[in-house]
Amino acid sequence: MKKLIAILLAVLMTAVPFALSSCGSDDTSGEVEYRAEYTRDYEGTSINVFNWGEYISDGTEGSFNVNKAFENLTGIKVNYITYDSNESMYAKLSAGAVSYDVIIPSDYMIERLISEDMIQPLDFSKLTNYDLIDPQYKNLYFDPDNKYSVPYNVGLVGLIYNTTMVEGTPDSWSIMWDAKYADQILTFNNPRDAFAIAQFLIGVDVNSENKADWDAAAEKLKEQNSVLQARVMDEVFQKMEGGNAAIAPYYAGDYLVMVENNPDLAFVYPKEGTNIFVDSVCVPKNASNYDAAMMYINFLMEPEVALANAEYICYASPNTAVASNPDYSYYEEEILYPDPENLPKTEYFHDIDPEIRSYYEKLWDGVLLAD
Amino acid sequence: MKKRSLLQRLIGAPYVLWAAIFIVVPLFIVAYYTFTDADGGLTLENLKSLTEAEYRKSFRLSILYSLAATVISLVIAYPFAYVMSRKRERTQKIMMVLVMLPLWMSLLILTYSWMNILERNGLVNNLLTSLGVKRLNLIGTPGAVIFGMVYNYIPYMILPIYSVMSKIDPSVLEAAEDLGSGGVSKLYRIILPLSMPGVVSGITMVFVPSVSTFYISQKLGDGKILLIGDMIERQIQAQNNYNVGAALSLVLMVLIVLSMALMKLFAGETDDNLYV
Amino acid sequence: MKKTLGNILMGIVYFVLYLPLIVMVFFSFNSGRGTTVFKGFSLKWYAELFSNSDIMVPLRNTLLLAALAAVIATVIGTAAAVYIYYVKSKAWKNTLNTVTNIPMMNPDIVTGVSLMLLFVFVGRLIGAKNSLNFFTLLIAHITFNIPYVILNVLPKLNQTDPHLAEAAQDLGSTPTEAFFKVVLPSIMSGVTSGFMMAFTLSLDDFVISYYTTGATFQTLPLYVFNMVKKPVRPHIYALYSLIFLLVLAVLLFTNISGMKDNKKKKNKSK
Repeated sequence: MKKLIAILLAVLMTAVPFALSSCGSDDTSGEVEYRAEYTRDYEGTSINVFNWGEYISDGTEGSFNVNKAFENLTGIKVNYITYDSNESMYAKLSAGAVSYDVIIPSDYMIERLISEDMIQPLDFSKLTNYDLIDPQYKNLYFDPDNKYSVPYNVGLVGLIYNTTMVEGTPDSWSIMWDAKYADQILTFNNPRDAFAIAQFLIGVDVNSENKADWDAAAEKLKEQNSVLQARVMDEVFQKMEGGNAAIAPYYAGDYLVMVENNPDLAFVYPKEGTNIFVDSVCVPKNASNYDAAMMYINFLMEPEVALANAEYICYASPNTAVASNPDYSYYEEEILYPDPENLPKTEYFHDIDPEIRSYYEKLWDGVLLAD
Repeated sequence: MKKRSLLQRLIGAPYVLWAAIFIVVPLFIVAYYTFTDADGGLTLENLKSLTEAEYRKSFRLSILYSLAATVISLVIAYPFAYVMSRKRERTQKIMMVLVMLPLWMSLLILTYSWMNILERNGLVNNLLTSLGVKRLNLIGTPGAVIFGMVYNYIPYMILPIYSVMSKIDPSVLEAAEDLGSGGVSKLYRIILPLSMPGVVSGITMVFVPSVSTFYISQKLGDGKILLIGDMIERQIQAQNNYNVGAALSLVLMVLIVLSMALMKLFAGETDDNLYV
Repeated sequence: MKKTLGNILMGIVYFVLYLPLIVMVFFSFNSGRGTTVFKGFSLKWYAELFSNSDIMVPLRNTLLLAALAAVIATVIGTAAAVYIYYVKSKAWKNTLNTVTNIPMMNPDIVTGVSLMLLFVFVGRLIGAKNSLNFFTLLIAHITFNIPYVILNVLPKLNQTDPHLAEAAQDLGSTPTEAFFKVVLPSIMSGVTSGFMMAFTLSLDDFVISYYTTGATFQTLPLYVFNMVKKPVRPHIYALYSLIFLLVLAVLLFTNISGMKDNKKKKNKSK
């Protein structure tokens, strides 16, 4: 038994990771031409990048390995770590325990980080690729003077439905309350996104600071409990791809992944309006390698890099070099890049007053545990 | 009696130091957060807020489901461990490792896999429909959550029970038979008392992680079954409210300690304070 | 009859234990990009593992961390068990036992957050820029591992004859020699199973790790857990399938070679 364990461990510890990683051919450098100049001034240093899970082109399926390419180009080591939500990223950051050089939070979280003085202005003189960013994603409410952030991804929430299970073409969030589809309806498993749907439906501001508005939305959500199959995040892929559920709200880009596995799925932007989000690159106050971080951010905006990320993540790119590239798989893809004229109103989430925030969290508990 | 050697005295120093810093101090941190508000002022509000209906329901469900999971695990693991302990020694070894092996995989991945199996169009339901049986709603039910707990933690029940049973001398059982003890009485009078320490530790090792889980309930409960682990996770991860999170944890810990004490009362004083 | 019943039970339990693993292996051969719809047989996700080293970093981190944490926890924990065994004061013994139980009774998330707060506090005191790093993660893992080692070793100590060590000393051994020559061998199986349990728990932890790791070190379970908005892709399945098959192969190999050893022994004894 002891011998067995020893052998087991020895083999596992050494053979697998090292054998496999040594086979890795890092052929991602070389051919690509970059727009900006990259020096090797910071060779030997490292930067700590903190990003969403599965939110960068990482070399799988023959894709471009962004971090590796950056390392080869500049000699800067990229320590890449992921998080699962804006809030858990905030928890780690606000503890002040670790110095990250690059983070990629969403709009409302950036607003909060700015107001709490946790991120620092970027040096735009070094971000020579910034002119590629679509002007409609500049000067957004959370960073009106374009000082702190560079847009990375843009996304819209829409309604995904299974055409074999749903009659006709739904055009309203109200179908998520339709008893006809009882036990086939999914919704978000986080309060902000779930509330937003109810708020659009009953015509209440998603950023309301009025408790009564949140009460009304919570009541609406409770009505939904009886027809709801599940509250999901990533589970939505299994549920919708497998035909286990008929209706789900989720991000437009992810629908494109799902439809590859289940061609019966369709997508629509409900008429009442929907949530739009921008995830932007920022640098925390306590970053330790600011200049290298600037170089990294500039690199992320490179046409080839941004294209690789857009292909991998499947969300809309705020980078004009990507959207205008005919080789891009989602070139002029209507769902990702809808014509504003066909799109109902879109709303960004704003950072909400802490008191209101804990108020709606409380309401959400009530929704979840309602009988 | 010999005097204790220097070795025997010093050998515990690293652990005592370690436990003081990394086990006891964090406990005080939890207590500190429980009794203070966001600005550090003394308050009982956090504890008071736990009496709200949502939390009460969540506590109730957690305890109910994890108790069920513990009982089911015990009912399966006990005969399993017994049968195993009566096999040839080498078979025992292989069987033991096979019980442990799934634990080396990720709980996350295995739970994901179970979703595949239990979904409405999952493996089980496909099998049922092809046999002409009506589909069942498996995922999203309390049963699925309890099942997930049993699946993930039953090795921790089998392990200690097997380990005590394998040490029961077969000659003891033979002697009992010679004295006229039949099946049930043999079990009740000899095996059960001897295996009690294993049972007690098994119960602990299934009950504690079950009562505080959030991943299993989230994935197999379709996000509709909120256990106390989910509540703690939401307070800390989503709301960054360490105070209420700490209060919930403290109450949960007290509940766990109480239920363990209660269990020991039922189990009787086991000779060596094995796991708890 | 009883035997058949027992075997049926075994069969069912093993079947259920391995069912999700079979499903996992199955979908690792999926040519599609998901883990729900099987689009055809392909080995591409395995090829992916060999050509994409990014996923190997978290794997190596996980194994390194689990092995280190388990070894250190086993040393400290075994020593602690021996100490607790010899403690005479009942009150002190009870205190030690209670403290040992705390990490097991504490929900992971609480252990994680409270340790993080401790590390951050200490970090501020000493003015460190990165209060969380690999070592805080290691400390956290050792902390939740030690109790399991103690709880595996203590019962073994209770089974050993307390006079054994004394007898060895009477025969002229120093207490240290007596410990290593007499006591340690008799509790070795407990030490091994404690180590195994520690290793296993470390391998799969993601909650405590999330809060106590720094900016440069991520483990595989964390990597998987953080894919909250995106689906788990088959290359993760492929990776775990490989680990699974490898462990299984080593297992079978050692058992077959063990069988040969046994045969040899038997032949000799004839």
